[in-house]
Amino acid sequence: MKKQNNILKTTVYTILILYGLLTLVPFLWSILTSFKTTAEISAGGTFFPEKWSFDGYETIFQSQFPTWVKNSLTVSLAVTILNVIFNTMAGYALARIPFKGRQFLFSMLLMFIMIPSQVTMIPLYIVISNLGLINSHFSIIFTTMINITYIFMMRQFFINFPRDVEEAAAIDGLTRFGTFFRIVLPNARASLATQAIFVFMGVWNEFMKPLLFISSPDKYMLTQGLNALSKQYMNATKWDVIMAGAIISIIPIFIIYIVLNKYFLKSNDQTAGIK
Amino acid sequence: MSGKRKLLQGYTFMAPALIVIIIFTLVPIIYALYMMFFKVDLLAGTKTFVGFENYGKIFSDPKFWAAFKNTGEYVLIVVPIQTMIAMVLAALLNSKIQFNRVFLSIMFIPTLTSSSAMTLIFMWLFNNNGLVVNLIESLFGTKVQFITNPDLALAVIMIMNIFSTVPHFMIVFLSGLQDIPPVLYEAASIDGAGKVKQFFHVTVPQLMPVTFYVITMGVVGCFQIFDQAFILSNGSGGPQNSTLTFTLYIYQLAFTSNDMGRATAMAFILGIIIFMVTFIVNKLMKADQVNG
Repeated sequence: MKKQNNILKTTVYTILILYGLLTLVPFLWSILTSFKTTAEISAGGTFFPEKWSFDGYETIFQSQFPTWVKNSLTVSLAVTILNVIFNTMAGYALARIPFKGRQFLFSMLLMFIMIPSQVTMIPLYIVISNLGLINSHFSIIFTTMINITYIFMMRQFFINFPRDVEEAAAIDGLTRFGTFFRIVLPNARASLATQAIFVFMGVWNEFMKPLLFISSPDKYMLTQGLNALSKQYMNATKWDVIMAGAIISIIPIFIIYIVLNKYFLKSNDQTAGIK
Repeated sequence: MSGKRKLLQGYTFMAPALIVIIIFTLVPIIYALYMMFFKVDLLAGTKTFVGFENYGKIFSDPKFWAAFKNTGEYVLIVVPIQTMIAMVLAALLNSKIQFNRVFLSIMFIPTLTSSSAMTLIFMWLFNNNGLVVNLIESLFGTKVQFITNPDLALAVIMIMNIFSTVPHFMIVFLSGLQDIPPVLYEAASIDGAGKVKQFFHVTVPQLMPVTFYVITMGVVGCFQIFDQAFILSNGSGGPQNSTLTFTLYIYQLAFTSNDMGRATAMAFILGIIIFMVTFIVNKLMKADQVNG
């Protein structure tokens, strides 16, 4: 019995280690590629660079890449802040303020969650172009500053939030807004953080909206820029440049992941899988 | 507090969300329902009523059926595989092993990576000089062209999708596993069931509701596949329409052929397909639950 257990344990570890390696190898290979010379890449070459070269990174930083990083950072931060405030306010109202029409609004929102984004994609493009927002970062900010899934998540959170804390604040003379910003928000820190992480990651990684709405290269978002980069360098087999770009694009999310690891892995929230 | 004041407060708190949702979701939905009966040419600024002609054109279009076939194949292959891998990995990680936190952290990395970066990495892996191609060549002596081969290009996207969605679903399964009462395993173990038997007779049935969630999300996500196909084929859906997915074709109709009415009608078809498949999955899984 004991022997059988050991075999089982070894099998479990073997599978996990193999899958872990399978996860890491593509990234490792990409990082190593970004340090190879173009000549070495087109010759086929080895796993590790024969001669370490920083040409890929140099080319990247001389291109419009830094502008794209800046664009993505600005838009993602703006969208994250707006989302956290507005989704939370809406979630709070749906959970705690018994106003007329609340139930109707809630069921309408739930219905909207189920409609795939493709259905609204083209009319949305027309709305954006009628508002004169094509080729402006506001097109992305305005269309992503609310996320119904997180309104729903915050509603569930506030339903379980202890009422007496709020009541005490109200007795102390705080208004509803005062209570919300000074008492409720600080107590919702964990769910706000989770929301912020996934919203940020969502915008940072978004591809389709920039593709539809942004047309001039100096306004490109990073994902779109990566696509342009691959078009430009793929035929010249300059994979070092392309991989350098891909690796840099992952770094900000990766830093957030290392710092806030617990929020990522705890999130059995029902959202990150939906596109 | 009076009802009027609550009404004001409620709508003040909801206002930003409502305004955004009305302008950027509700208006487009209503507009979509109207647009699909028109031939819309945005460049010329014309709009002609055509009734159901858009639908007629779609169903007699071989490219539509290519997209239909590709996307259907994609869902049928990717969803079961990613669900199974995610479930097994979650069960392994849950089996009181050491370093599971380390394994978990490493395995989660692909989910963080944007589809654009991931697609470029995979295109390089499966490129003529890529790791996978070189590996196959050194093992079997044949050079396989993945990206340019119509039979294999979609497979690369499938592998990529499985690779990057498994970690997320694995986490979902892990949290589901924590809710299974240990008594069930003890009882099974007293009955003489080994670990493997326990997995099939306790874990799998107990995870049914979570599995339902994972399958539904997987189906919805797979039907909407776009980024990878777009980047891999440079927007063309090639080679030979082999990576033309539903959403990519909608995009092409709207922005390459400038036929926005037909594109909207096709998006509507996609919406209905997703609803129907989700409904059927729901029914089937519920039926299984009763039998099990």
